[in-house]
Amino acid sequence: MSATPLLELRGIDKSFGPVQVLRDVAFSAHPGEVTALVGDNGAGKSTLVKCISGIHPTDAGEFLFDGRPVSINSPRDAAALGIEVVYQDLALCDNLDIVQNMFLGREKRSGIVLDEPTMEQMAADTLAGLSVRTVKSLRQHVSSLSGGQRQTVAIAKAVLWNSRLVILDEPTAALGVAQTAQVLELVRRLADNGLAVVLISHNMNDVFAVSDRIAALYLGQMVAQVKTTEITHSQVVELITAGRSGGLGLAAEPANGGNGHGAEPADTTSGGAR
Amino acid sequence: MTTTVVQKDGPAAVTPPPSLGSHVRNYVSRVRGGDIGALPAVLGLIVLCTVFSIMRPSFLTAGNFANLFTQGAATTLIAMGLVFVLLLGEIDLSAGFASGVCAAILANVVTVLGYPWYVAVLAALVTGVAIGTALGFLVAKIGIPSFVVTLAGFLAFQGIVLMLMEEGTNISVRDEVLVAIANRNLSPVLGWLLAAVAVAGYAAVQLLRHRTRAARGLVTDPAAVVFARIGGLALILGAAVFILNLERSRNVLISSLKGVPIVVPIIAVLLVLWTFVLQRTSYGRHVYAVGGNKEAARRAGINVDRIRISVFVICSSMAAVGGIVAASRANSVDPNTGGSNVLLYAVGAAVIGGTSLFGGKGRVLDAVLGGAVVAVIDNGMGLMGYSSGVKYVVTGVVLLLAASVDAFSRRRSTATGNR
Repeated sequence: MSATPLLELRGIDKSFGPVQVLRDVAFSAHPGEVTALVGDNGAGKSTLVKCISGIHPTDAGEFLFDGRPVSINSPRDAAALGIEVVYQDLALCDNLDIVQNMFLGREKRSGIVLDEPTMEQMAADTLAGLSVRTVKSLRQHVSSLSGGQRQTVAIAKAVLWNSRLVILDEPTAALGVAQTAQVLELVRRLADNGLAVVLISHNMNDVFAVSDRIAALYLGQMVAQVKTTEITHSQVVELITAGRSGGLGLAAEPANGGNGHGAEPADTTSGGAR
Repeated sequence: MTTTVVQKDGPAAVTPPPSLGSHVRNYVSRVRGGDIGALPAVLGLIVLCTVFSIMRPSFLTAGNFANLFTQGAATTLIAMGLVFVLLLGEIDLSAGFASGVCAAILANVVTVLGYPWYVAVLAALVTGVAIGTALGFLVAKIGIPSFVVTLAGFLAFQGIVLMLMEEGTNISVRDEVLVAIANRNLSPVLGWLLAAVAVAGYAAVQLLRHRTRAARGLVTDPAAVVFARIGGLALILGAAVFILNLERSRNVLISSLKGVPIVVPIIAVLLVLWTFVLQRTSYGRHVYAVGGNKEAARRAGINVDRIRISVFVICSSMAAVGGIVAASRANSVDPNTGGSNVLLYAVGAAVIGGTSLFGGKGRVLDAVLGGAVVAVIDNGMGLMGYSSGVKYVVTGVVLLLAASVDAFSRRRSTATGNR
């Protein structure tokens, strides 16, 4: 959609000892779009996210943020760029309330005293901006929230910091039908607010419901990154399980290893498929 | 936490502003949901005091009331430090003998070496900080469970006290200032003045918070509740100071004995200080966070190791303060200072007051309330002429009772999703 992607990765390699987990991965995330990152267990999704968020250093490759080359060496660097990750296990403290969780580690203070009114107001504004109406009180302990509400708090926490890229690791994995719909709606709203959103998911329904682009990883290689409208459900499943689907993904001839230029072949295949 | 979490809906919420009625209903539903806070300690205190007053009228005298404070002071001070360690779900079994080591250092510096009292106090506190740093380092950096580290400390410190005492003798503490801490009283006027300052300070903080929140459009506690809290504190402090200012000397002609014991303002100041640290600073917030979910705290950028070391430092430093008070009360330090039941009473005090052994839940006030319960049991059973054996058994049963209340309320909270 938009001309320059917010985040663009080129030729990312990452090995853990003798195991090469990512090879020559290209990936981009555009502002205002939800990019779904799919792949089987062990395909390298989590590793890629950890590289983006600065937890793992990469062995090779370049990061472009806003078209400028950057180096991300620590979670702090990532946070400074406006990259926030919402982890699968949520990482909330049950014994703290919503406001306390949202500001954890970055409390607003006046002098040495916590500035509770300001924090409460900012939290309320953020939740209102995301049209969250399901939370009864901001001073509720997180332990009293439902799974969907916890996910909402975790996402709102990521949004609070003027973040520009939000990465969601399986946000709907543990949720019921209604709560999943709620969270997906929230994910969509993030993108509509102009953020770049990366959604990791195993659930094809979720992916097709909310994403603008789909990036498929297969055994550490980015086999395709295409627009959601130009690919079918079964093609994505084939990409995940076999690494190729028709003209998409890894070429049948061995020499031409997977690279991320999926957009052009996608046009041809989608024409053929319909 | 209970007072700060009470019903403060943000603008995003659509619930109506709380009235007095809804405030009470909220509190009741929180208690039913397992968030009982200090309720068992307060109820236990009332029941115990009633029973002892009926069975031994001497329990209810002003003299005995003053005794309660000096008897419970050391335990309470150590328990205040233990709250920090318990908040992380850790334990410090060495706090009792750590206080003994600090007291022994104090006695050695002031009596044997003859330095002034402030040098001795400083030395004791520095010893406490050093002990806490060592324990915290072993727990956080080396990764030994705190139970084992502090159990080793428990044994080793017991030995150190013996060595400092030259195998069993005791060292007397005769310094005027040090002895005054647990044995002298404030003048009645000063007692009233301090109580007034405390109430005025509390009222100012409460009203200012109420005004700020109202001005920002945030939902506030009903004004009636705010005034009730201020009035309640004024009533309790007023009654306590009034009773403590009564003449408790058996023979006024020989010596007059009245006023608030000096340990009381010491405990009060430390209570306010540590409550402020836990509830109003980001350090305190991080302590709760690490106790609630260590991994979440780490990902939020909190230096978990530093927090873990710091709570042991606070605990051992408070043990040092407790040791100083104990030395002052006994006028001497012997190899048993900080030994026998001191540690267990302190852990009991924190848990009876409502601090969870599972981490993440507790307040410094818990230590004071629980310390009061322990002191009342100890004192009342003594007045009724029971032997130490019975006292230990009863205290043990009360501790067990408190721990089961903790476990039960925790289960209840998980069931109702309300902690």
